[in-house]
Amino acid sequence: MTLAPAFFYLFAFVTVAAGFMVIAAKNPVHAVLFLILAFFNAAGLFVLLGAEFLAMILVVVYVGAVAVLFLFVVMMLDVDFAELRAGFMKNAPLGAFIGLILLAELVLVVGFQMVRPGALAAPSAPIPAPGSGITNAEAIGRVLYTKYVYYFQGAGLILLVAMIGAIVLTLRHKEGVKRQSIAAQVARGKKTAIDVVQVAPGAAIVPPARASQ
Amino acid sequence: MDQLQAYWPLYPELALVIGAMALLMLGVFRPEGEREAEVIGWLAIGVLGLAAWFVLQQPAGTQQLFGGAFVVDAFARFMKVLTFAAAAVALLLSFDYLRQAKALKFEYPVLALLATAGMGMMISANDLIALYVGLELQSLALYVMAAMRRDDVRSSEAGLKYFVLGALSSGMLLYGASLIYGFTGSTSFTSIAAAAAQPGAGQNIGLIVGLVFLLVGIAFKVSAVPFHMWTPDVYEGAPTPVTAFFASAPKVAAMALFMRVALASFAGIKPQWQQVVTALAIASMALGAFAAIGQSNIKRLLAYSAIGNIGYALIGLAAGSPEGVRGVIIYLVIYIAMTLGAFACVLAMRRSDGMVEEIDSLSGLAQNNLGMATVLAILLFSLAGIPPLAGFFAKFYVFAAAVKEGMWALAIIGVLASVVGAYYYVRIVKIMFFDEPRERFASIQPKAGLVMGVMGLYILLYVVWPAPLVEAAGTAAKSLF
Repeated sequence: MTLAPAFFYLFAFVTVAAGFMVIAAKNPVHAVLFLILAFFNAAGLFVLLGAEFLAMILVVVYVGAVAVLFLFVVMMLDVDFAELRAGFMKNAPLGAFIGLILLAELVLVVGFQMVRPGALAAPSAPIPAPGSGITNAEAIGRVLYTKYVYYFQGAGLILLVAMIGAIVLTLRHKEGVKRQSIAAQVARGKKTAIDVVQVAPGAAIVPPARASQ
Repeated sequence: MDQLQAYWPLYPELALVIGAMALLMLGVFRPEGEREAEVIGWLAIGVLGLAAWFVLQQPAGTQQLFGGAFVVDAFARFMKVLTFAAAAVALLLSFDYLRQAKALKFEYPVLALLATAGMGMMISANDLIALYVGLELQSLALYVMAAMRRDDVRSSEAGLKYFVLGALSSGMLLYGASLIYGFTGSTSFTSIAAAAAQPGAGQNIGLIVGLVFLLVGIAFKVSAVPFHMWTPDVYEGAPTPVTAFFASAPKVAAMALFMRVALASFAGIKPQWQQVVTALAIASMALGAFAAIGQSNIKRLLAYSAIGNIGYALIGLAAGSPEGVRGVIIYLVIYIAMTLGAFACVLAMRRSDGMVEEIDSLSGLAQNNLGMATVLAILLFSLAGIPPLAGFFAKFYVFAAAVKEGMWALAIIGVLASVVGAYYYVRIVKIMFFDEPRERFASIQPKAGLVMGVMGLYILLYVVWPAPLVEAAGTAAKSLF
């Protein structure tokens, strides 16, 4: 049982340290990599809390999609970070103020829990007790595909619209673009792929004209 | 089979969604071309007809699905048929225009179908999550449709503006929804109604702040002042048939949502939302009347006209009585007919070198094309509220409901605003009939001509036989109380 606190302190320390490095790193690529480290450790904290579904989602969505997107953006856009950093001291009071508000909100939330422990104890779909043999991914699946199936399908439709929209607004059919045709590649045989050319000494190799694919 | 029958109330939306996906597959796997896109467009109109037929086949009474998240009652059925019909007419108007603009793609009818499915979900929503999912499905498809002509700067700008402001309004709506959930303990409208009916709910600050934010989010979608800023720019920038679509079907769905939220879930704290709705109504009517005067672009003018008309419709909601809701429903039907007819006329404003949108180019239309000028004059007189055209009765029902509830001031402001509004509507009639004729428009395409004629006749002859609409609207309104 003493292992869990040890892991908690390990994950928590690395999360905070990585979070600090995200804003302290000189190189923006390093900052994104530290962000990924912070996400992984936060996922570890979720596992310790018994919320393994949330941990998986954090890794899949935040590391797999969001952070990789950040990396792409940082690498592809030519952002002058030195210039961005120049305004740091000017905006520091504002940042500190927002940080204070967040801190106060956290204190209020935690304090509220301590003053009235029953305040948040009425979830509409209770999490099964540990040891009942139901993992929380399974518990979510049970309500997601029964009670909430309408919303789930509706959300799926929204994603379909987003996909159609992205394609309609960006896809352009250009003329003269070479595309991979797997059927054509597979269908290539000795006849179409190999030319036997007689080369006269001292002359250049002239390949016979072939119908382009 | 029993399983399938249990989902009978959901069939209209299922038909739209499955139809949209089937048409999407058809469009992807068939050779691309404008003819194919138009065939898919006609099939989409067929799917809308099928969905409307499913709605009409549903038995009377109230059915609920998914633990009460999806409700079908007489009100939902009426609004769905109206929405589907408006979407079908707007689609019908779009083919010719988009073909000329080289923007006719098969995705357009598919997105329109998905947006309409979202509207059906909004109309039937009886839960905060269902409300949001339906609203987002509708809005996201509309953003893409606004930006459909991606090589046109104004169209892209319209799509982007609509998207950013729509995202903002979604944020406000969600913030309100989370507060309501926090203070009532449920997302279901039925439970929220029970919480709001308790004594002292009117003093529950959290609930009221949540309600106000929720109403702000919906007011964005119906473009009520002061949340109307996107409307003129989006109406002007989006391709004209898309604008016709925006001005018709989504407005019905959003107003239906507005009415259900206000009357079905917050009936217990009616005085609180009545203030908000009254303020929205007065501001919308005033801005719609005064801001439209200076417009020279007919699409912008119709945008301000839409804002003003939503203001009049909100009077009926502010009254909060069955008569008021009946008034709103009748208002919406007549408004949709007038708007679609007016947009059919805008689509007919076409010269050999492309579309024209300036009001001045209508000058002397009566001498070039008397038929179109007459229809447009009928529609404009009706929008101005001149008897015996349908627009007069639309306004009459909402004003009468407000007076019956003792809201004299609101009714008088409405009458004054419609007098101001009459100025700019009638000014266009004067330009058409008494100014010097300009260059002729190209001949009217049969589809636009058909829509123009049908809507003009309906507006003109409504007075002869108003009973069916009034009765159906009355039945629909009763199911909300």
